[in-house]
Amino acid sequence: MRLFRGMLNKLKQLFRRERISEELFLELEETLVLADVGIHTAEKLVSRLKEAVRKGNCRTGDEAIELLKRTLVELLNAGGRNLNFGPIPPTVWLIIGVNGTGKTTTIAKLAWRLKREGRKPLLVAADTFRAAAIEQLKLLGERVGAPVIAHAIGADAAAVAYDGVEAAKARGYDVVLIDTAGRMHTRYNLLQELQKIWRVVGRSLGRPPDETLLVIDASTGQNAIAQAATFSSAIPVTGIILTKLDGTAKGGVVVAIKDQTQIPIKLVGVGESLDAIENFDPKEFVEGLFEEVTDSG
Amino acid sequence: MLKGLTDKLQGIFWKLRGKARLTEEDVDRALREIRLSLLEADVNLRVAKDFLERVRERAIGEEVLKSFTPAQQVIKIVYEELVKLLGGQHEPLKFSHTPPTIIMLMGLQGTGKTTTAGKVGLWLKRRGHRVLLLACDVRRPAAVEQLVQVGRQAELDVFEMGIREKPERIAEHGIKHAKDKGYGVVIADTGGRLHTDEEMMQELRRVKEALNPNEALLVVDAMMGQDAVNAARQFDSEVGVTGFILSKVDSDARGGAVLSIRAVTGKPVKFIGTGERLTDLDVFHPDRMAERILGMGDIRTLLERAEEALSQEEARKLAQMEKRMREGKFNLQDMLEQLQRLKATGPFDQLLKLLPGFSGLRQLPFAIDERRLKQFEAIILSMTPEERLNPDIIDGSRKRRIARGSGTTVQEVNMLLKQFKMMREMLKRLSKAKLSDEDLLRMLGVGR
Repeated sequence: MRLFRGMLNKLKQLFRRERISEELFLELEETLVLADVGIHTAEKLVSRLKEAVRKGNCRTGDEAIELLKRTLVELLNAGGRNLNFGPIPPTVWLIIGVNGTGKTTTIAKLAWRLKREGRKPLLVAADTFRAAAIEQLKLLGERVGAPVIAHAIGADAAAVAYDGVEAAKARGYDVVLIDTAGRMHTRYNLLQELQKIWRVVGRSLGRPPDETLLVIDASTGQNAIAQAATFSSAIPVTGIILTKLDGTAKGGVVVAIKDQTQIPIKLVGVGESLDAIENFDPKEFVEGLFEEVTDSG
Repeated sequence: MLKGLTDKLQGIFWKLRGKARLTEEDVDRALREIRLSLLEADVNLRVAKDFLERVRERAIGEEVLKSFTPAQQVIKIVYEELVKLLGGQHEPLKFSHTPPTIIMLMGLQGTGKTTTAGKVGLWLKRRGHRVLLLACDVRRPAAVEQLVQVGRQAELDVFEMGIREKPERIAEHGIKHAKDKGYGVVIADTGGRLHTDEEMMQELRRVKEALNPNEALLVVDAMMGQDAVNAARQFDSEVGVTGFILSKVDSDARGGAVLSIRAVTGKPVKFIGTGERLTDLDVFHPDRMAERILGMGDIRTLLERAEEALSQEEARKLAQMEKRMREGKFNLQDMLEQLQRLKATGPFDQLLKLLPGFSGLRQLPFAIDERRLKQFEAIILSMTPEERLNPDIIDGSRKRRIARGSGTTVQEVNMLLKQFKMMREMLKRLSKAKLSDEDLLRMLGVGR
């Protein structure tokens, strides 16, 4: 990444400068774009920064970048980031997202974390569409030591979800994690299916699912905004889980999502092992956006 | 497919179209818009900058040809630079002189390698090759199982040794098996991994050594953002890549990754995955992709695809229908065939976008209403051939009969006829004017 490194070094030099130039704003905008924040949100943030500079809120390049970081952290901090547990068990978390983002892996990590917190999670294989999705969840369930409720491939996803919640009630499991299908091609069907799962779970529970968590792959570009909008149009999304943040991708698109939809980012996935899931830390995340990409040549 | 970019560029050029001559300012304004579009489409920032610089140089420097308006000139330059950026020529798969030809697939997690293995396998099988799928992903739970299922769907043989063996050992055994049994092509599925995972990249190198592939293809998700170039470069420098397959092009992703990876690695894109069915794979043609990006339509791909999914006879009919559409002679039989094709070939909107004139359409809401489609189909099926070809003869009594026959009401039959007439009218205007989304949705009568 010699090109980028060159640019970012230049950027650093600029920050050290005393005076704030038009070039600095352009470089900041480009840094945000390279982190996948998106050109629109980047322009918006930078023009706000310009406004602040014009008003005399900061005088040096360093102050400007600190202000930009603070703005970003505030944006990401707004609204709660805690995972919601239901007033009466079982708590139900619905895990949704397009294919390949790591929904099933994330569920295993969540189950592992819940077990270590002394809870009894139950996994539900409501992705009845993808070849081998059910097997994958079963294998992961075994590894984690959490039972899996599943029907055959092609079964009605909502029926599996319903059975899952009922089973948790009957057998005293306190958190139900529901894995859903991630296909996007027949989006109309997929969203209808999700709505049905959401309704059916609500009926069994007497309240909506306690969390509906959208899983987004950190390497995704601006399409993630469309993903958030599309899923939100079908059911209320209560939080985002940003996966695969351990690579070189920055996942900056969640800034745009937060800005446009107010959906809070709650968790991040940072590796393949079962404990590689962390609470989202806005400060650390924002620092990451401005870090240079150093691996690769 | 790259819809956002297509629309934006069309919008920009539409504005330029009215101009008698372009000033440097016009060019710069257009380029600013193109920059926004490219970045919104996740084209890498560096790639976008270089691209714009080249277009600008040529647009301002080049002499205006007499036969072109200045706007056309800019479009031509953008088109030519796009084709160049996308690799210029289509580069076909490389085959080994002595079988088996070995194709290795690799990529990040979740890009769709296993499905792609099935797609490429099926594509080759249809061209007369004996294909063996090789399950070298021992990491992801149930990956082997998934490949076996994909193999079953595509009716391809799968070689697997479970998940206890090392992937390079599986590779060795698989190749030996393929040679013994006389397979023509081996497609090896490998485990997804992050390009920063040193250990996993080493494993991939060992697998590649064991396979000694003719093609080492990196599967890249069309939804990837700026990091696509980092990943592509890293795989190329650490393991060695001979080309790319762009997956999930059917999503509403703008697919800027395709513009970026070719530009930064110099390696060709060989295929694009366009849907979730195993037949949803297209050969990548830079010129056609550029045409599509600029909204020039792509009849060739449409016909090729139609020929595969339908019989040749039907493809001929499709071409004729296209002609009738333009001449305003579209009939109910055509409409019926369109509706039925929806099931056979895949979403109508996907096919439509390949037709000139339709690419201006921004988005069908995800939602062609399927119940409505079925109802329309039932209604037309309840008509006589004469009624289908000549809808104007359908009077009250015929409507009642059609409604009874299709289990619908006269109102619903009326609605279909109204939609049909609107569609015919708009198709007639198609060659003259640009349709708006609303026009098209009303025309289809099945939008929600």
